Amino acid sequence: MQNAQTNRPKSLLASLGVDIQLLTLILALVAVWVGFQIWSGGIFLSPRNLWTLTAQTAVVGIMVGGMVLVIVARQIDLGVGSVLGFTAMIMAVLQASAPMGLNLPWVLAMLVGIAVGVLIGAFNGYLSAFWGVPAFVVTLAGMLVFRNGTFSVSSFTIAPLDPTFQILGGGINGSIGELWTWVFGIAASLLVVWQTITGRTRRQKNGFDVRPMWSEALVLGVTVALILAFAAVMNSYPIPGTGIDNIPAVASGMPVPTLIALAVLGYLNWMTRATRFGRYIFAIGGNPEAANLAGINVKMMMVYIFALMGFLTAIAAAVQAARLNSATPTVGRDLELTVIAGAVIGGTVLSGGSGTILGAALGALLMSSLENGLGLVGVRTEQQKIYLGIVLLVAVLWNVISTRRKGGR
Amino acid sequence: MMNPMIEMNNISLRFGGNQALDDVSVNLYPGEVVGLLGHNGAGKSTLIKVLSGAYQADSGEIKIEGKHVEIKSPQDSQRHGVETIYQTLALADNLDAVANVFLGREKVSGIVLSEDEMEVEARKVLDRLRVKIPSLRVPVQNMSGGQRQTVAIARAVYFKAKVLIMDEPTAALGPEETSKVSELIAALKAEGVGIFLISHDLHDVFDLADRCTVMKNGKVVGTVNTKDVTQDLVLGMIIGGVMPNVPNAT
Repeated sequence: MQNAQTNRPKSLLASLGVDIQLLTLILALVAVWVGFQIWSGGIFLSPRNLWTLTAQTAVVGIMVGGMVLVIVARQIDLGVGSVLGFTAMIMAVLQASAPMGLNLPWVLAMLVGIAVGVLIGAFNGYLSAFWGVPAFVVTLAGMLVFRNGTFSVSSFTIAPLDPTFQILGGGINGSIGELWTWVFGIAASLLVVWQTITGRTRRQKNGFDVRPMWSEALVLGVTVALILAFAAVMNSYPIPGTGIDNIPAVASGMPVPTLIALAVLGYLNWMTRATRFGRYIFAIGGNPEAANLAGINVKMMMVYIFALMGFLTAIAAAVQAARLNSATPTVGRDLELTVIAGAVIGGTVLSGGSGTILGAALGALLMSSLENGLGLVGVRTEQQKIYLGIVLLVAVLWNVISTRRKGGR
Repeated sequence: MMNPMIEMNNISLRFGGNQALDDVSVNLYPGEVVGLLGHNGAGKSTLIKVLSGAYQADSGEIKIEGKHVEIKSPQDSQRHGVETIYQTLALADNLDAVANVFLGREKVSGIVLSEDEMEVEARKVLDRLRVKIPSLRVPVQNMSGGQRQTVAIARAVYFKAKVLIMDEPTAALGPEETSKVSELIAALKAEGVGIFLISHDLHDVFDLADRCTVMKNGKVVGTVNTKDVTQDLVLGMIIGGVMPNVPNAT
């Protein structure tokens, strides 16, 4: 076979099959964590703070994957913060303060909010794809309209919300408990092992190049260890009020919002790699004209991508409202910037065509680690944004430099 | 005499105030290479985009194997066995060779892409084209111009093109790669594929084309058999719009 792969000697990193950019990001994350651990005098890496951190990351984590897809398709969505506020307010008002006292059950209220989010997204996509209005402008308008739309729905805070709804936010009773956390950890580990083994066997059967056994085993081992360590940390944080005096400690387990975020990110990661829809998003980002000539309905794809972003924004809105046990007219302000920053720090290229869900998830985690850590060591909120801005700038600069070195655009 | 594989009759297309195509007629027989020549803006690419479904003519008729067809989209064109290789290389640069060969027509089982099956098939077709590409799993932006062109051709060959439209296939290539593409064209021609070859390089066209159709200002100047004319005569058609006095010219 002429097009059989040659077995050139490879560098250590190449044979591990680990992306350099991803590795840099992981190292940056480790550095930030260790730095804050020292600076905070050992509080940052405590189970309690890590538990809080995962719950805090959930809202951005749910949205960041959608933003990656939007940016990969050469678009941008500046309206997600306002749409989050708007849909959170709708969900809150409908379940707790509906006109004429006709409160809806929380599930219905949430579904209405989700439907509104999807419609707003689809409309953004429609305007930019079918009418040629740049997404930057469409969503900038949306940012203004829906922020003030939120005030129009209610100019004061709506609280409290339905206790069952609050579980989505990870408050009291908002964790899945010790058993299910282990079940999740073991199931996720088995899934990774199974995928690696079946993938490897299949590639060997077809005579394709496979990574050396030791490297495959090492990457797999590290992944499984991280998953199980995560489950162990989530389980070593006791539910507040237990484990003191004579009350036995009850492990809290993974917060529900974290579970939602991981499920969303896992699904999107699979979708971008394994389905036509994912493939087409990247094709559009690489060359929209080529995608069109290959028979991809680029305009409808835009509608779907933005609708997905709207859907994820509404899910994040439910989590945020449940976390706060309220909806305020300002909820989600500036959030679009955190989400975009997370995606970009995670290696998504703003000119489109390139980005990964895993990278963006780590980017979001880095952003919220900084926010959490800076808060922990007593940096005032206003000053935190200065650091976040600098980190974003450095990350993008690094992105540009490494892309240039790889010989890309 | 065989019947033409493609007949485009009296095609006209206007963009705003610009008559891009004015009553243009061309045809193509199986196993034949027809060169489309003309200056930039003569209407070559526009004509070809009407056939490939990227544009729709205001008036005129397209017949494929004697049957009237409506081509409203690239898919319609592909369904009739017409594959197009565009000047700008319609490849998604960020995707690998396998993804590009199958773009828009991926193999799936259920909703999951059958990556391995596609890779095997892509290798087969590239082997058939006798082209060596070291790894099919790197983004095509890291490939040479010739390799990229091969991916584009593999795409057309895999889907069993009856008619291939090649828009400036060698514009971005070096001499060695150009001769490779010429070999490919000859091989496809021998398999009975009809080829429209658009080029500004007269030399290329003279080597490969059986007939030449020259366009100027959106109109056809004329069609001649390549073996009946000299490059100077064709140049006269391109620049001056002058029909040479040779047999079988239309």
